[in-house]
Amino acid sequence: MLQILKARLHQQYRTFPFPDKIPEMAPRYTGRPMIATGTCQNDCTACINVCPTGAVSCGSDHRPVIDMGRCIFCRACEPACPAKLISFSREFSLAARHKNDLLISSSEFKTAEAMGAEIKRIFGRSLKLRQVSAGGCNACEADCNVLGTPTFDLARFGIQFVASPRHADGLLVTGPVSQNMKLALQKTYAALPSPSVVIATGACAISGGLFRGNSEVNDGIGDLIPVDLYIPGCPPNPWTILEGILRFMGRI
Amino acid sequence: MKNQLTIKNGTCATLDRLPVMEIEGFRQHLITLTQKGVRLASLFVLPGEQPTMIAIVADDETTELELFACQCGRKFKALTPQVPQAHWFEREIAEIHGIEMLGHPWLKPIRFQPRAGQNREISPGVTDYFEVNGEEVHEVAVGPVHAGIIEPGHFRFQCHGEKVFHLEIELGYQHRGIEKAIPTATPQKIIRLLEATAGDTSIGHATAFAMNYEALAGLKPDKNASLIRSIALELERIANHTGDLGAMAGDVGFLPTSSYCGRIRGDVLNTTGLICGNRFGRGLVKTGGVGYHIDATLKQQILDKLTLIEADLISAIDLIWDTPSVVSRFDETGHVSQEDAVTIGLVGPAARACALLTDVRLSHPFGAYEDYPPAVPLIEIGRCGDVNARATIRWLEIKESLRLIRAMLADISAEPAGCNTTPLKMAASSISVSLTEGWRGEICHVAVTDAQGKLQTYKITDPSFHNWFGLALALRNQEISDFPLCNKSFNLSYCGHDL
Repeated sequence: MLQILKARLHQQYRTFPFPDKIPEMAPRYTGRPMIATGTCQNDCTACINVCPTGAVSCGSDHRPVIDMGRCIFCRACEPACPAKLISFSREFSLAARHKNDLLISSSEFKTAEAMGAEIKRIFGRSLKLRQVSAGGCNACEADCNVLGTPTFDLARFGIQFVASPRHADGLLVTGPVSQNMKLALQKTYAALPSPSVVIATGACAISGGLFRGNSEVNDGIGDLIPVDLYIPGCPPNPWTILEGILRFMGRI
Repeated sequence: MKNQLTIKNGTCATLDRLPVMEIEGFRQHLITLTQKGVRLASLFVLPGEQPTMIAIVADDETTELELFACQCGRKFKALTPQVPQAHWFEREIAEIHGIEMLGHPWLKPIRFQPRAGQNREISPGVTDYFEVNGEEVHEVAVGPVHAGIIEPGHFRFQCHGEKVFHLEIELGYQHRGIEKAIPTATPQKIIRLLEATAGDTSIGHATAFAMNYEALAGLKPDKNASLIRSIALELERIANHTGDLGAMAGDVGFLPTSSYCGRIRGDVLNTTGLICGNRFGRGLVKTGGVGYHIDATLKQQILDKLTLIEADLISAIDLIWDTPSVVSRFDETGHVSQEDAVTIGLVGPAARACALLTDVRLSHPFGAYEDYPPAVPLIEIGRCGDVNARATIRWLEIKESLRLIRAMLADISAEPAGCNTTPLKMAASSISVSLTEGWRGEICHVAVTDAQGKLQTYKITDPSFHNWFGLALALRNQEISDFPLCNKSFNLSYCGHDL
């Protein structure tokens, strides 16, 4: 018993006062991409060629567009661009309500707005989520799990990962949705009481990520079930996930 | 035996040096080797008109890997009855290539993946299961979707009251077609695919691919790059062992260790994040080297972090063995005998907890481990094989990893670690093998190139591939309520197995 108390004193109070204070990301952390003003060199496709997930495309103004829903934040495009148009910030607020909002073509980004007033009224101040890993590599899953630790203390926001879809207000899906998990995901969704929300977490769940195009996966959730919130990353940093969910709940 | 092909870890040989034996000779040779206690690191088939089965065995005493093959045909007398280590490999081969394994005791799919050209709709998990019949015997089915934030898998328990007679594990829900995607991808994409093969073992798998690529392309990473890879691999080990020790404490309802370890694990991941920006080490390992250098300032930052982490770990984890109610739940729960561990070919901490000295860092050293051999901890016979042993071994390994990281950090020189990014031609018609010791145990990658030097086959064996059956054995005659605890003491990878 004395040892337990001694350990308690040693371990201190460690909950970070988010969102009142904004956490500092590691110096080498890769956050939201930015496209600078300026023009590409003639017919240059260097950024498109080096991207391992096909996240970079050429926009209507012949400048690069980065789809954060596909991006694994590997920065390969940054040094590849001879016109130095592409850079990555340390901004970790990446979540969006619509897939189109994930397309980055400048330094601007439309952050996720809150869920509708009616559904918010029904959910009250809490959000119970059932997590479904559908081909996830255990990195997104780990960064969801970590939200339960004292640093983040998810429960103080009324958010909780629950053990059954019957107890849940929504699903948080990770992974490219392997063919072998398709049915289980649909059944879990069907088991949610209505109204319900779906959060796609990580490049895989949004677009298939690195596995896009493999016949063994569904290229993400696609139109299997409707998605209400997209949280990009490979995997998203836990702060990105928490920040996205809090915006969705109208807390930020 | 003439024409024997033995290579060192992380090297390659041309395919014409690979001895192709008669089937019976192949079988006898493998039986002789495994009876000597040599491990079957990989067993796979090169498809073609004449499918060729290749065995790779790791001899821990000679530090050599021996490769031999046979033309196995479409019907093959299964090795499993004589070489139980082969049981999962043979199921895999039957599933992928449609080769009939005659006499295999339990031939059924391991991943529920359609064969090339096969259009059949696959129903994952729909297959035969062991059944126990009798009054008061019942079956409990769990998954694929589990109660926590865990990957999917299906578990069937045959129980009598609370007691588990047998647990059968069916996986495959995570199958993403990684091995099939690799030959047509660029090396830059392949390393990313391997980082996501088992996301909690990014460094272990990425390093194994880098070693194969370097062997085939004739590259050698510089000393600093090797050191940084190994530092990251040890951080990965500490992070996962820490998280699992916390989860094991949580599974017996001991919340102090559980909540402290969850947070400390994050601190360790953040230390990896200091090196490369990503908490899981994505982008750290590159073919030919590493993507990031550790300079003097960063070195000091890491050392300072490690000091805090170590103090927090001692405070959190020693509580386990200071608390009799926790120890009594760990003790003699989920026992795997040493004999069974050898028979089924357990690897990693699960094997070391059975008093088996098996560690690739020591027996087949790669990268920096040639100069920095770990003092691999071992559980003494008589106290081995249970949850307590697996917890103890993980704590001892954390301490040893801390020592290794400090020793390696001290020797990183100011010269920036490099990586060779120019596309290189890989040796044609060759085979290379790389082994790394991930936190779950031996990771084995095999690369085979065609006559143009392009990857033709890439075979991945995650430690979980060997160890899932160990978890099934650990559950025999246990209370079903001890499943979460036993499961966490192994914490095997679903996606690493399913690929």
